[in-house]
Amino acid sequence: MTKGKVTGVVGNLVTVEVNGPVGQNEICYIHLEKEKLMSEVIKVKGNIASTQVYESTRGLKVGMDVEFTEHMLEVELGPGLLSKNFDGLQSDLDTKEGIFLKRGEYTDPLNKDKKFAFKALAKVGDTVKAADWLAVVKEGWIDHKIMVPFKFEGKYKVKSIVSDGEYKVYDTVAVLTNDKGDDVKVTMSQKWPVKMAINHFKEKPRPNKIMETGVRIIDIFNPMAEGGTGFIPGPFGCGKTVLQHAISKNAEADLIIIAACGERANEVVEIFTDFPELIDPRTGRKLMERTMIICNTSNMPVAAREASVYTAMTLAEYYRQMGLKVLLLADSTSRWAQALREMSNRLEELPGQDGFPMDLPAVISQFYSRAGMVHLDNGATGSVTFIGTVSPAGGNLKEPVTESTKKAARCFYALQQNRADAKRYPAVDPIESYSKYLEYPEIKEYFKKTISEGWVDLVLSAKNWAQRGKETYDQINILGDDSVPVDYHVIFWKSEVIDFVLMQQDAFDKIDSITPLARQKVMLELVMSLCEQNYKFDSFEEVTPYFKKMINLFRQMNYSEFKSDDFFNFEKEVKQLAEERRAK
Amino acid sequence: MQGQAFQKIYTKIIKLNKATCTLKAEGIGNEELAFVDGRPAQVVKIERDEVTLQVFQGTEGIATDAEVIFTGKPPTLKVSEQLAGRFFNAYGKPIDGGPEVDGEEREIGGPSVNPVRRMQPSEYIKTGIAGIDLNNALVTGQKIPFFADPDQPYNQVMADVALRAEADKIILGGMGLSNDDYLYYKHLFDNAGALDKIVCFINTTDDPSVERLLIPDMALTTAEYFAVDKNEKVLVLLTDMTLFADALAIVSNKMDQIPSKDSMPGSLYSDLAKIYEKAVQFPAGGSITIIAVTTLSGGDITHAIPDNTGYITEGQLFLRKDTDINKVIVDPFRSLSRLKQLVIGKKSRADHPQVMNTAIRLFAEATSAKTKRDNGFDLTDYDERCIKFAYEYSEKLLAIDVNIQVDEMLDTGWNLFSRFFDKNEVGIKKEFMDKYWKADAK
Ligand SMILES: Nc1ncnc2c1ncn2[C@@H]1O[C@H](COP(=O)(O)OP(=O)(O)O)[C@@H](O)[C@H]1O
Ligand SMILES: [Mg+2]
Repeated sequence: MTKGKVTGVVGNLVTVEVNGPVGQNEICYIHLEKEKLMSEVIKVKGNIASTQVYESTRGLKVGMDVEFTEHMLEVELGPGLLSKNFDGLQSDLDTKEGIFLKRGEYTDPLNKDKKFAFKALAKVGDTVKAADWLAVVKEGWIDHKIMVPFKFEGKYKVKSIVSDGEYKVYDTVAVLTNDKGDDVKVTMSQKWPVKMAINHFKEKPRPNKIMETGVRIIDIFNPMAEGGTGFIPGPFGCGKTVLQHAISKNAEADLIIIAACGERANEVVEIFTDFPELIDPRTGRKLMERTMIICNTSNMPVAAREASVYTAMTLAEYYRQMGLKVLLLADSTSRWAQALREMSNRLEELPGQDGFPMDLPAVISQFYSRAGMVHLDNGATGSVTFIGTVSPAGGNLKEPVTESTKKAARCFYALQQNRADAKRYPAVDPIESYSKYLEYPEIKEYFKKTISEGWVDLVLSAKNWAQRGKETYDQINILGDDSVPVDYHVIFWKSEVIDFVLMQQDAFDKIDSITPLARQKVMLELVMSLCEQNYKFDSFEEVTPYFKKMINLFRQMNYSEFKSDDFFNFEKEVKQLAEERRAK
Repeated sequence: MQGQAFQKIYTKIIKLNKATCTLKAEGIGNEELAFVDGRPAQVVKIERDEVTLQVFQGTEGIATDAEVIFTGKPPTLKVSEQLAGRFFNAYGKPIDGGPEVDGEEREIGGPSVNPVRRMQPSEYIKTGIAGIDLNNALVTGQKIPFFADPDQPYNQVMADVALRAEADKIILGGMGLSNDDYLYYKHLFDNAGALDKIVCFINTTDDPSVERLLIPDMALTTAEYFAVDKNEKVLVLLTDMTLFADALAIVSNKMDQIPSKDSMPGSLYSDLAKIYEKAVQFPAGGSITIIAVTTLSGGDITHAIPDNTGYITEGQLFLRKDTDINKVIVDPFRSLSRLKQLVIGKKSRADHPQVMNTAIRLFAEATSAKTKRDNGFDLTDYDERCIKFAYEYSEKLLAIDVNIQVDEMLDTGWNLFSRFFDKNEVGIKKEFMDKYWKADAK
C-alpha cells in the first residue's frame, strides 16, 4: 500500500508526498499523535497528492505519516440503516461518545451484533448477477432485500445459501461461484463508492405518476412526480426548510432520506425530536420508522458537506434497488457548492462565475440525474425522487447554483421575499414556479385516471386566475380604486381567494398542515366553482369586505377536520354567501 | 508563558507583509500560537519548512531578525469561576487591573456539539419588548443578531435584553467597540448590580482590528465552561459581527485568497457558522444563547455579511426608525425568530400565534394604504382604519421602549383589533374570537 508524508497545510488542504501510486478521490488517513484523520485525494501532481481533510487540521505537522486505502469514499450498505442518524461520512452519530464530536472518531454504520430474520429468495443452482435479490430480511417494517453485491461483474451460480433463520450482518449467508469456478462468500453487507451511481436496472422510464406531498401549492399547482426532481430556491427566512420538513412529514413515500447539508443543527434536532413522536397518517407508524438522516450541519467539517449529499444519494439508490419509493431531500445544495468553491480556491484553480469551480453545472446536473424511477430486472419498480433547496447569495436568482440547478431540475418552487414578508406561506411564487410534469402526457393521463377527467384543465384555469388577478392588481394600482370597473376588483379578489385558500397553508397547524389529495380536490373544485360564478356589486367598496368574509369562512374550513360537522357548516356558509351576490 | 522548556525560538524571518510573516521552522503544528517580537501570532500556513504566521497586531516595525517563539499549542484560555465579573482583552489578559485567572487551560475554537446530543430549545426568554416577545420570541439556545444601521441604539437594546433575560451569566464579546460603548456597558452592568454574572472580552476601536478574530472564540470557550461544566444558562452578546467579518476579509486578502461577493472571503459562511452554531441547549440544562449585532450599510441586507449571517442564525431582529411615531421599532416584516413556534402558544397563551400574525398582516395592509395615499389615490374607510391601527400598534407594541408582560401584549393586540375592525376583517379562529374579542371596545 502507498504511504506518504505531510508536506504542507493550509486550511483543510493538506499536501502529501507519496511513495507509490495514488488514485483521484482515493481515501487516505493522516496519523496525528493520537488520532487518524480521514482525507480525500483531490489532485495529484508528480509524487505530490493534494488532499482535502474531512476534519479540523489543527496541530497537523509536516512529516506526519499518511496511509492510503486504495478505495474511494464508500458507504456500507445492509440492513440496519433505517431510522439512523449518520454524519456525512456515514458514521453513526448515536454511537459516538460524549457531547462534543471528537476528531478522528469514525463509528460503524451497521450494528454487527444485531440479528435479522432471513428468508432466502434464491435457490442453490440459480444463476444470478449483481443486484439480484438473494434473500429478504425484516428491517423494521421494510422487506430489506439482500442483493448480490453491486461490484460483482458477470454471472454467478448460487452454490449455497443458508436456511431461513436469524443472522448477523457479517455472517456468510451465501456462496456464489463465478464462471471461472471461483467461490465468493456473500454477507448481508456490501460497500459502494458514493460518487458512482448504482445503475443496476433494466430501464429508467419517464416519470408517469404523481408523488403526493400533502402541500397544496405543490400537489395542485406544481405537482412532483414519483422519481422526479425539483428545487426550492429562496432568500433566507422564506421557508425552504419548513417546506421541506412539511414534505418529509406528509409525502407518500416508503422511505425519506433527509440530507442536512451545511445548515443549522437545531433544525435537525427538530427532526430528531418530532419524528419519533409524529405519526405517518398513511401507515399509522411513527415517522422516524421511515426516515434516515444524514447530518452534516454548518459547523461540521466543510469537506464532508460534499460527501454528505453523495452519501445520502447512494443510500437512496440502494433502497430503490429493493423496489422502494424513496424521497431524498437535501438542505441546502448551495452549501455543498460553497464547499467545492472553498476547495477550488485553495487549489488556486481558475475560478468560474462568482468564484465557483468551472464544472459546477456539470456536477449539479450529474447529481440530479441520479434520481428517477426505474424498472428493475425482476420486474419490480423503484424510485428516487429528489428535492433540493438552493440558498442564493443576496436572494438573487441570477447566480451560478440557482441557474445550474434550474437546468437540471424539472420542478421549480421559487420562494419569494415579498410573499414571506406578507406571511403568505408557503411563499412559493404562484406565477414563476412550475412543474414540467404537468405537461407530460403520461402524467395528464394519470390525473385523468386517478382524480378526474378535467383535473389538469381545472388546475390550469386556477393558475390563470392567479395570473389575471396579479395583472388586474397592477392596473388598479396604476389607475386607482375608483377609476377601474368594479369587475377588476372582483377579478383581483377571486385570485386572492385562490391564494389564501389553496396556495397558502399553515405548516404549524395540526390540520391545515396536512391536506391529502382527496381533500385538495374538494377544495379546488369548490373554490373554482365560486371563481367561475359572476357576482353583482354596486360599488367597488362592497367588494373587499365581501371577499374577505368569504376567505375567512374558507380558512375556517381549512382549519376544520375534513368532513367534520364544522367543515360542512362552513362549507354551507360559504355557498350561501356566494348565492347572496350571484349575478345572472 | 514565554521562555518555557518546550518552546522553540527562531530569529530568521524570510518574508514579511502587513499582516503575516514567514520563516523557516520545523515541527510546528497548524494553528499553533507563537510570539513574534512579543506580539501574539498564529500559524496559518505550512509549506515544507516554511511557516507563515498571522500577526494579530500587524507587523509594523518587525525586523527580519525578530525573535519568534512557538508555544507548541493553539491559543488557549484558563477557565474557572474566577472569570466571573472580569474584563479581558482578545488574548484573555485582564484589562481591569485584576489578577490573572487561575484555572483549567482550554483550547479556544474547540469541537462542535454532536447534533444528536443537543436538546431542542424550549425556554422562552422574556425581554419585555413586544417587538421581540410578541412577534419574534427568543428561546434559550437560539442564535440571533440585531440587524441595524450604525446610528441605531442597538447596544442599548441589547443591554436591556441581556439584563432582563434572567441568564446566569452574560458574556460580552466586544469587537471594535468604541470606548464610550465599552464604558456604557461597564457602568450599566455595574449599576444593575450584575457585575458578578458578566464576563467581558473587549477589543475596542483603539486595538488592532485583526485581534477581533479571537474575541468570539474566547467568549464562547468561556460560555461552554459555564454551560457545560456548571450547567448554567449563558447569554453571549457579540457586537459588532460586521467588524469581525471585515477583519476576516483583511486577513484573507493578505493571504492572497480569491475574494467572493463584496470582497468577503469565500469561506465567510463557514467561518460565521462555526461561531453561531455554538449556541446550544445542553441535555443537562445548561445553554448558550447568542445575541449578536450585525451593522448594515443603509439597511442593505443583501450585502454578503448580513446575507450569510441570515442564512446561519435563527432569525434576525431588524431595527428601524418608524417616522410616523418617531421611534425605533423592531420591524415586523424583516424580523424573524425561527424558534418562536417552540414557545408561542405553548409557553404563552394559545391565541398568541394568531394575534401576532393578524396584527402583522394588518400592519402590512396599512403600509399598502399609505403607498396608495402617497400616490394620490383616495383611501377607503378600511384603509383609514388600517392606518390608525398601525400608528397605535407601532406606538404601543413595536417601539423598543415598550416593557410589558406577554399577556398584556396580547390584550393590547385584541384591544386594537376590536377598536378598529369588524370580526370578519381579522380572520382569527372562532374559539379565540369567542374568548377574547372585545365587543365593547369601539
Ligand atoms: N408554511 C409556513 N407556515 C407558517 N410559517 C412558515 C411557513 N414557512 C415558513 N414559515 C416561517 O418562516 C420561518 C423561516 O422558514 P425557514 O424554512 O426556516 O426558512 P429558510 O429555510 O428559507 O431560511 C419559519 O421559522 C416560520 O416562522
Ligand atoms: Mg433553511
